[in-house]
Amino acid sequence: MNIFSKAFWLQLSSPKTFYPVAGKMIPWFMGTAIVSILVGLYYGFVVAPEDYQQGDSYRIMFIHVPAAWMAMWIYIIMCAYAAIGLIWRTRLSNMMAGALAPTGALFTFLALWTGALWGKPTWGAYWVWDARLTSFLILLFLYFGFISLRAAIDDPQRASRASALLALVGVINVPIIYFSVKWWNTLHQGASITLDKAPTMATTMFTAMMIMTVAFFAYTFAVAFMRVRNEILENEKNSAWVGEMLGREK
Amino acid sequence: MIKVLRWLIWRDLTLAMRRKAEVLTTLLFFVIVVSLFPLGVGPEINTLAEIAPGVLWVAALLASMLSLNRLFADDYHDGTLEQLIISSQPLALLVLGKILTHWLLTGLPLVLISPVLGMQLGLDANSIIILMLTLLIGTPVLSLIGAVGAGLTLGVRGGGVLLSLLILPLYIPVLIFGSGAVDAARTGLGVEAHFSLLGAFLVGALILAPIGAAAALRISLD
Repeated sequence: MNIFSKAFWLQLSSPKTFYPVAGKMIPWFMGTAIVSILVGLYYGFVVAPEDYQQGDSYRIMFIHVPAAWMAMWIYIIMCAYAAIGLIWRTRLSNMMAGALAPTGALFTFLALWTGALWGKPTWGAYWVWDARLTSFLILLFLYFGFISLRAAIDDPQRASRASALLALVGVINVPIIYFSVKWWNTLHQGASITLDKAPTMATTMFTAMMIMTVAFFAYTFAVAFMRVRNEILENEKNSAWVGEMLGREK
Repeated sequence: MIKVLRWLIWRDLTLAMRRKAEVLTTLLFFVIVVSLFPLGVGPEINTLAEIAPGVLWVAALLASMLSLNRLFADDYHDGTLEQLIISSQPLALLVLGKILTHWLLTGLPLVLISPVLGMQLGLDANSIIILMLTLLIGTPVLSLIGAVGAGLTLGVRGGGVLLSLLILPLYIPVLIFGSGAVDAARTGLGVEAHFSLLGAFLVGALILAPIGAAAALRISLD
């Protein structure tokens, strides 16, 4: 297998080839996720120093920030898959978009939930209606809309194309979330980690957060591949290769 | 192209005039929802004036959304929509015509009746003018964004509830800046920023929404 040839990637985009490949990748992604969650949490909860202002309560950040990043990233990745599916009508990318959505919704919810728990000791309230929180709540609704529209339409082709269009309309929300702390005076703090300057936090904190991000990324792909494998089986249940694999009589 | 647009708007208006009840329903819904608030919250006029911008805007949002179902449904059932799609005219233009008619029939009446309801809730004259202006700019945006959702949910089981789930999150920015402008006017702050943003929404939606709605219709009638 030459991973640089175009044929390899085209072949991989067929559900039949992708099914066993995804099956082989799941243990690796899951393993990475479990190991790095353990290491990341150890770094975050034990090694990283106490914050001089917030004490120990800031430690929820090691779940909150990676979850929030993932929530936005998954939406963008989902939209990319949806766009590819809409343009080239590839079945696998539609399935991937559908498989990523529940995990995206989960991380959005996790970010909101941990944010509420973090907000209580630092702001004195579980929830405030500032721009960052509101736009994140909209992101959760967008995920729900995507999932329900997909579920409501019986024809899988039409379902994935309709939900793909919806996802693309909703993508306008992602930059709004990202820049909301800059555009408005929000209670939510600005970003501590940006690409153009050194992070404004201790190195151990930064390391812990990066490890947690890797963990969440690996987890996302592990469960997305599991879901996509199920969907491939369901969609192709009448095809010959599935029958062969399950040892079905011709 | 303008001729086609005018023809489509004229046709839809004529059809709507043959069934006046449907147009009135949206308007009555708006009036009734707004009238429920003084009964629920209590007739204290200061409290009412405080919540008036939000109440009026949320009611307008719901009224506009409820009427979206009908935007394409009738044409879908009698086959007109298929004819529109296979016609030689650009579908986005035809969709724009249908959206404009929808706004004339549901958005514009809301704008016109809103001063009465504003007075009912104790808004002062200046705020009422701002309210009318924000609704005038904002309700077309609602119709435009809603058209994409209406196209996507065309002929889908439980389409009405699903439509609200898809569309209401996208309505939130319009709600925030629409009611925000009235609130700013009421408390004596500047409203230019709100109006600039609402205007930007309108221009953006006017360009993108017909294309999106046309794509949605093509998917639904595939």
